Amino acid sequence: MKVPVSWLKDYVDLDGISIEELAHRLTMAGLESEEITFVGLPLPPGDKHDFKVNGIAWDREKIVVAEVLEVNPHPNADRLTLCRLNDGEREHTVLTGAPNLFPYKGQGPLDPPLKVAYAKEGTTLYDGHAEGWQLMTLKKAVIRGVESYSMVCSEKELGISEEHEGIMLLPEDAPTGMPLADYMGDAVLDIAITPNIARNANILGVAREIAALFGRELQQPSYDFTAEGAPVAGQFGIKIENPELNPRFVGGLIRDIEIRPSPDWVQRRLRLAGQRPINNIVDVTNYVMLDIGQPLHAFDYDELVRRAGGKTPTLITRMAKKGEKLTTLDGETHALEDFTVLVADTKGSHSIAGIMGGADTEVTDKTTNVLLEGANWNFINIRKTLGYLKMNSEASYRFSRGVHPAMASRGVGRGLELMRQWAGGTICKGLVDEYPLPYEDPTTELTPEDVRRWLGIDLKPKDIAAILARLDFKTSIKGKVISATAPDHRVDISDDPVIGKADLLEEIARIYGYDNIPETRLADVLPPQRNNAALEFEERVRDLLARQGLQEIVTYRLTSPEREAKRLPPGVAPDPKPYITLKNPITPDRFAMRKSMLASMLEILERNARLRERLAFFEIGFVYHDSEAGPLPDEKPRLVIAITGRRDLPAWQGGAEENLDYYDLKGIVEGLLGGLHLNAVRYEPSQHPSFHPGKQARLLAGERQIGTIGELHPAVHGQHDLGPAPVLAATFALDALMEAAPPRHEVQEVPAFPPVLEDLAFILDETIPAGQVQALIEQTGGATLAGVRLFDVYRGEQLGAGKKSLAYALTYQAEDRTLTDDEVAKLRKKIVGRLERELGATLRA
Amino acid sequence: MDILKELDVIEKDGLAALAAAEDEDALAAWRTAHLGRKSGLMAAFDGMKDLSKEERPQVGRRANEVKQALEGALEKKLVAVRQATLEASLAGEHLDVSLPGRALPLGRLHPVNQTLRRIYAIFAEMGFQVYRSREVESDDYNFTFLNIPAHHPARDMWDTFHTDREGVILRTHTSPGQIHAMREYCPENIRVILPGMVYRYEQVTTRSEMQFNQVEGLAVGPNITFGDLKGTLTDFARRLFNPDVRTRFRASHFPFTEPSAEMDVECFVCMGDGCSVCKGTGWLEILGSGMVHPTVLRYGGYDPEKVSGFAFGMGPERITMLLHRITDIRHFWRNDVRFLEQF
Ligand SMILES: [Zn+2]
Repeated sequence: MKVPVSWLKDYVDLDGISIEELAHRLTMAGLESEEITFVGLPLPPGDKHDFKVNGIAWDREKIVVAEVLEVNPHPNADRLTLCRLNDGEREHTVLTGAPNLFPYKGQGPLDPPLKVAYAKEGTTLYDGHAEGWQLMTLKKAVIRGVESYSMVCSEKELGISEEHEGIMLLPEDAPTGMPLADYMGDAVLDIAITPNIARNANILGVAREIAALFGRELQQPSYDFTAEGAPVAGQFGIKIENPELNPRFVGGLIRDIEIRPSPDWVQRRLRLAGQRPINNIVDVTNYVMLDIGQPLHAFDYDELVRRAGGKTPTLITRMAKKGEKLTTLDGETHALEDFTVLVADTKGSHSIAGIMGGADTEVTDKTTNVLLEGANWNFINIRKTLGYLKMNSEASYRFSRGVHPAMASRGVGRGLELMRQWAGGTICKGLVDEYPLPYEDPTTELTPEDVRRWLGIDLKPKDIAAILARLDFKTSIKGKVISATAPDHRVDISDDPVIGKADLLEEIARIYGYDNIPETRLADVLPPQRNNAALEFEERVRDLLARQGLQEIVTYRLTSPEREAKRLPPGVAPDPKPYITLKNPITPDRFAMRKSMLASMLEILERNARLRERLAFFEIGFVYHDSEAGPLPDEKPRLVIAITGRRDLPAWQGGAEENLDYYDLKGIVEGLLGGLHLNAVRYEPSQHPSFHPGKQARLLAGERQIGTIGELHPAVHGQHDLGPAPVLAATFALDALMEAAPPRHEVQEVPAFPPVLEDLAFILDETIPAGQVQALIEQTGGATLAGVRLFDVYRGEQLGAGKKSLAYALTYQAEDRTLTDDEVAKLRKKIVGRLERELGATLRA
Repeated sequence: MDILKELDVIEKDGLAALAAAEDEDALAAWRTAHLGRKSGLMAAFDGMKDLSKEERPQVGRRANEVKQALEGALEKKLVAVRQATLEASLAGEHLDVSLPGRALPLGRLHPVNQTLRRIYAIFAEMGFQVYRSREVESDDYNFTFLNIPAHHPARDMWDTFHTDREGVILRTHTSPGQIHAMREYCPENIRVILPGMVYRYEQVTTRSEMQFNQVEGLAVGPNITFGDLKGTLTDFARRLFNPDVRTRFRASHFPFTEPSAEMDVECFVCMGDGCSVCKGTGWLEILGSGMVHPTVLRYGGYDPEKVSGFAFGMGPERITMLLHRITDIRHFWRNDVRFLEQF
């Protein structure tokens, strides 16, 4: 909200408070002053500010109030005039093309003279004729044969508004020669209003905060009006059909007004506050809304009478019928929901309550009698209505955040009086006030103990009461208990005694100052301490994989079924279980919660495919599966690993240029499982559709599948923009992996006696898996065979077709002695014999 | 006696021959020739049995002197020759030390997870443990139980991803975890941090993402004050940024806390002087916080008349961006290796 400092001064004395101090204190108290536009007042020194600085300062020496004594024609240009002007020191001749001086051209000396803002040579101002806000410096120039070195300023040149058609005219009593900055220099604070302080979305509200924060007196505005007309009663009626949604409706009447522009100072004020002046009557409604926060609506009274067939008009607030159509001031036609409240008369509806008026009864240039409405609406209902209408207005902004019903009569009173002042006319006596659902201002009790318990500060009852009184709470103290009744301009204090207490504690903390609350360390009893086993396991897996040279990635969990289908070869139908999808996706390609981590991984491999000759990634995350238990999906933790490209990093010394293959990935997986001390995992051929049918395995811990490992199916590979090297990938159900991993492991004693090492090679049928051979050797060797490592696989002509040779390095080891040759020979014989018998192996000489 | 003269000659010749030997092979040959079984010296020892009783001690003494002299000289020469050989070989061996090393693939954690670990570690030492909860949530947990009733601004479609299921949304913050933790642990005291992915209906730009991490914290107990909130979070900031960093707490508004505060830390780029990172303010907005709202305590099962608590929330991506001057939040989920390899 834009808050001109000059307007604040109507309600609170700001003497001795700098703009920076003001902005800082407001920001710390929750009225964040994000931006300050300086309109004449000096800019704060230095570059470091809590807020963004805009605008310009007016040089006190070079921009002053001056009087135009006479407006003379320019000898060589019809559209320019020469002003004889006194700046308080001497006379100057000033060249201008301002159209609002033309009426004075050639009229001789002016009485009274026109007061203007006069800028001298060397002044920096905004360029009134450039687009946007360009700075320029006044220089001596000769324009059409007349020397010019100074100027009279428009509002735009001074940074007040975008008005640049004519020059700015000042009131007659503006003191000639006074620096303009002293006369009317200003600054506009742009304050962010959070929902809890919606009551401050007006000048009076901000002024009240300032008064409370700086301990100054708040000057209350007057809500009285001078009524000299006939009593208002009987001139119109008000009928409220649903008091829950329309607790109060106030109307006043002013007759014989004249529609014209508002006074200059009003227009300037409105523009500074970001509101476009329209005419004096509409300006009053906007002014009062900005001033005290009560939105108003002005009706053409005669039009209401005409619609009532010449009888006494009645304003009716009622619920819309579902589908009812209404055209608002902006020309839009809306289909309404049945919870929306309308303002209507006997002829029909004309506004959407609290949001926007209708064209039929609005004030026009010909209006002479005005019915002024100040109403109160249920803010939740306004918000619901805004939700489907997708519209916004200054009035609905305030009504949708809650306005106190007490403000309705105040707004109408203040509005009528301002209309009388700015538009003439006579106010009818009294107000028509329907208030079927009076608001009860809650009274909340609290004690110094509450303050200590919640905020950690010790305050005396009278200090607490004093803080609340600064915000207009009515307080009383009985012993240690402070009773505080909320003031009748705010609706944010709960009538629940406990929540109301928290509401008051917030106010006490804000006004006391967060800075003044001491920092303490938690002294409360430490709760039971717990591990987070799932997270700790994840972190172990992360470390084990990073240690093996893999880069962790984190990807989008939103995807599309099409994107995920690319992980399967053409013709393979994806699992038919439904995705969790979004009603309102932000991009069309990400509207479903993923079911596959492999698909996410392939996306990232594609992105990096051309960047490195070797890629090795892993991700730990969730997949989201429809659950039978209810509408919330199962969120399953998953691990995916993928590697592709050259086995060795490219280096100047050469190195193998072979590609990574299944066994590289298996080595990483074995490293991971070994690090988790999960040793009894079996690899069995499997049929995962994403992988090459002959180059994949499922991993079993006991009978439970914990993961799958393989080379990406060539058809899947082909569906992605990847390099030629095969992609090796593994996926794990992280929860299953965690359950399979032993919680602790025991170490083997380091042998005290030397081992006996021996290599044995066997010739076997090609079809016999190495895993089976290894298992049989280990089983036969028993405890004395401490290690079996496959070190060579060989196929060749001399072995014969369908045969292979597997060579193993065996380590024989006894705990308590050095093994003898005899013992080793016996064991060797047993192993060889078993392999011969059970696998048809022959020992290779 | 001839034999003594002979020994003088053996010594003299031996030393002369030793001086001429230049490498270890020559020295080995010299040892055979001058100290070996067939050497003149050994012959002299052998010849002693033919000498008279009187001559024998004198010759014996002299022969031993010669033997020691030759052996000593050999030892010295051997050391000198080895030293010279080593020096000669070192003089010939030079690497180009500026050539690049042979790289091993270095694994790394994702930058956000690195930041999360630092946050976990700091809070763990203050007794806060990690509590995680689901990402696809009911709107009761995401909103209603957090004092955001229907038609509250935060519920507007602009912020929330709604799913095809009635009342099921993608959580917009990790705060539903506050309710889950309270309901699980009530009536115990609570100190947890709640990390995880959250989702917002927002255009993806350099500054905003539709998916990002949050870490919230929650402390509940009979004696927890706003002063504790300030102290705990200032301790955290000092450990995460630097030990002298200043913090400030500004009044703010969140529906689930009252009073609410934003914590700013002094900009660690300019040390508070004002720079482009802090937009000239000298302060960086780091986290939102506040005293847990009575309504939230009640939904969690606690009596706000007996216990109080504080909660806070921060964005690990934002913290990572500030710490490393990252200007585009989209880098995090793009996973370009040129970005990831810098951590
Ligand atoms: Zn900075």
